[in-house]
Amino acid sequence: MNYFPDEVLEHVFDFISSHKDRNSVSLVCKSWYKIERFSRQRVFIGNCYSISPDRLIARFPGLKSLTLKGKPHFADFNLVPHDWGGFLDPWIRALAKSRIGLEELRLKRMVVSDESLELLSKSFLNFKSLVLVSCEGFTTDGIAAIAANCRFLRELDLQENEVDDHRGHWLSCFPESCTSLVSLNFACLKGEINLGALERLVVRSPNLKSLRLNRAVPLDTLQKILMRAPQVVDLGTGSYVHDPSSEVYNKLKSAFQRCKSIRSLSGFLEVAPRCMSAIYPICTNLTFLNLSYAPGLHGNELTKLIQHCRKLQRLWILDCIGDKGLGVVASTCKELQELRVFPSDPYGAGNAAVTEEGLVLISAGCTKLNSLLYFCQQMTNAALITVAKNCPNFIRFRLCILDPIKPDAVTNQPLDEGFGAIVQSCKGLKRLSLSGLLTDQVFLYIGMYAEQLEMLSIAFAGDSDKGMLYVLNGCKKLRKLEIRDCPFGNAALLEDVGKYETMRSLWMSSCEVTLGGCKTLAEKMPSLSVEIINDTDQMEFSLDDRQKVEKMYLYRTLVGHREDAPEFVWIL
Amino acid sequence: MSLEEAPGSLESDVTSMRFEDTELTLGLPGEGRSPAVIAGVKCSAKRGFVETVDLKLGSCSRAPSGGGDTHVNEAGAGKPPPAKAQVIGWPPVRSSRKKAINESCKYVKVAVDGAPYLRKVNLGVYSNYHDLMKHLENLFTCCIIRKADREESKVMDAVKGMEYVPTYEDKDGDWMLVGDVPWKMFIESCKRIRLMKSSEAAVLAPKASLKCSGTC
Repeated sequence: MNYFPDEVLEHVFDFISSHKDRNSVSLVCKSWYKIERFSRQRVFIGNCYSISPDRLIARFPGLKSLTLKGKPHFADFNLVPHDWGGFLDPWIRALAKSRIGLEELRLKRMVVSDESLELLSKSFLNFKSLVLVSCEGFTTDGIAAIAANCRFLRELDLQENEVDDHRGHWLSCFPESCTSLVSLNFACLKGEINLGALERLVVRSPNLKSLRLNRAVPLDTLQKILMRAPQVVDLGTGSYVHDPSSEVYNKLKSAFQRCKSIRSLSGFLEVAPRCMSAIYPICTNLTFLNLSYAPGLHGNELTKLIQHCRKLQRLWILDCIGDKGLGVVASTCKELQELRVFPSDPYGAGNAAVTEEGLVLISAGCTKLNSLLYFCQQMTNAALITVAKNCPNFIRFRLCILDPIKPDAVTNQPLDEGFGAIVQSCKGLKRLSLSGLLTDQVFLYIGMYAEQLEMLSIAFAGDSDKGMLYVLNGCKKLRKLEIRDCPFGNAALLEDVGKYETMRSLWMSSCEVTLGGCKTLAEKMPSLSVEIINDTDQMEFSLDDRQKVEKMYLYRTLVGHREDAPEFVWIL
Repeated sequence: MSLEEAPGSLESDVTSMRFEDTELTLGLPGEGRSPAVIAGVKCSAKRGFVETVDLKLGSCSRAPSGGGDTHVNEAGAGKPPPAKAQVIGWPPVRSSRKKAINESCKYVKVAVDGAPYLRKVNLGVYSNYHDLMKHLENLFTCCIIRKADREESKVMDAVKGMEYVPTYEDKDGDWMLVGDVPWKMFIESCKRIRLMKSSEAAVLAPKASLKCSGTC
């Protein structure tokens, strides 16, 4: 296959950036594999236990940007015990020892210690970008180390992490010489911030484009910051509460008028509805608006705000917007591609203010919609069928009816037909989450029609093993399957064991699979790691194969069983 | 997945479980699964719910009003409600989000002596006492007008010429005069507000002169 010298191939490969494409390129022949691996700079590892740091380093010596994911998705909802795993430390230690010139690290659901962060900050001279999403295990001391030691830091992005906040001084650790910041997001930090240090940092960061503040930053500081950084494109406010008749508020209004570049707005961790008018001037150009942390904003003030946002492409809100409010979104936001409606009462007291009506209105008005996350009170087949007809472009469709086995609110039938319509109509559907009363029939539809489906989340659904089998047999591109509280057992699990090698992972909790079934699977498939997670104190690892397994998580791996599993995890 | 004892339900496998405690009635009592489904074999695994009650990360001060408990918290089919059992991990919302919403959600009841019903306000949307009092005035316009020029926390009833003094119940259960502590501290500790008739309040704090600052 060597029609061209290596340099030419390398140059061609430079244009190939998607991970999938680069992976395919590396499989063509040995020489392409070799050229690809030396030129590869960005690597994505969807399951940190599927490969080891050493093998990563050996294969990709030119690595600059690494993305790592740790815990399974259901860990977000407290289904995975705390110390299950996903530690960053071995990766950092191995990378630090090597000659890798790491510049970018993006982590999701990993356990990150302060020591790791400190080692990271000191080991890579050119380190530029740290993005932590849903991680835990570190404190603001670790962040301080990053701030202090990474001389060319461009991006520090902390999203929804559990951080032990030692209050404020980490901001002061950015040296005076640090002027390279482009993106700073500390919205998830709970503690006080040195406001003066923040202002000074903003002043000496002319390239700052993205700034997301935490709740401790009051509105008057926001005003000062905006005056000094009118070039900002993505803004997350801190506490947005003030007296609208005050001088500070007036200054804020003028500050916003000068910020012609803001396209993305979030925050409002505390919000005074009467202060929203200051934002109207920037609403016209907004493409992303996130009000999902602002339960204080609803009714007229909310809809008035939305009516200014005609160019919105992504909207995250709380269900207190109501069906009528969604109607306003539908008639205003014609460019909308992504909508997320979160429950304002997440403890499920059943007061969700949106129903199938709101969703239908959205589908009729926002035909470009391709990504949906919708927590609602109820749904109907008719509505879903209408939605499927109106919006055939869904890539992500996640519906969460707060009562997880609620049937069609009008006919009392299962919602099989509704979801069936979605998968049939949306030929590009990659991610699907189901809820409501569902029988095996919905899985028949999914297996038949959801050809591009990569991730499927199922809860409280199905009648028998057939349901799971329809999916495993039908969805050829399935990568992640997560199931809880469904009557799927060993027969489904074991029918096609080779299937799991084509997938990243399978999660099953509170289903019908037994210890014996899992053991059989583990025996047949040494390339899989089959973990039994046992987090209730009373249950011991009984050797009774007929015992149902509470939580099973299996994933393909090239490096065998992990060595860092805690006591309550049994790897078969 | 209701475990109501509908005819034909085949839950013999799980007889060891105490239905009353584990009953996850996901719907109003009486609303069961469609008959077609119940007839199917549904040896559904309820083990996960047995004694696993969700960690309540601090419920919102909006106390569940009557009917608010309809969904996962209620018992089914004519049985008295069991001890509240929430399904772990449902609804699938990240705990950081749940916590954050709870924290910005500071609804407290507001009672006015003589008014036929109470109101609820979200303290999180106000920046200071002045803001709050202005809004309370709007809530109870029929009976209260505030004396704006004096910047005091007293409110006047223009019609009846009666005065009201704002008081609140704090975390310890004591009734306090609104305005003594910094605003942020007030939000943290206030559980409910009562606009007390001046005549009654005079007994408590005859010389109450309140500093009601414009900023918090």
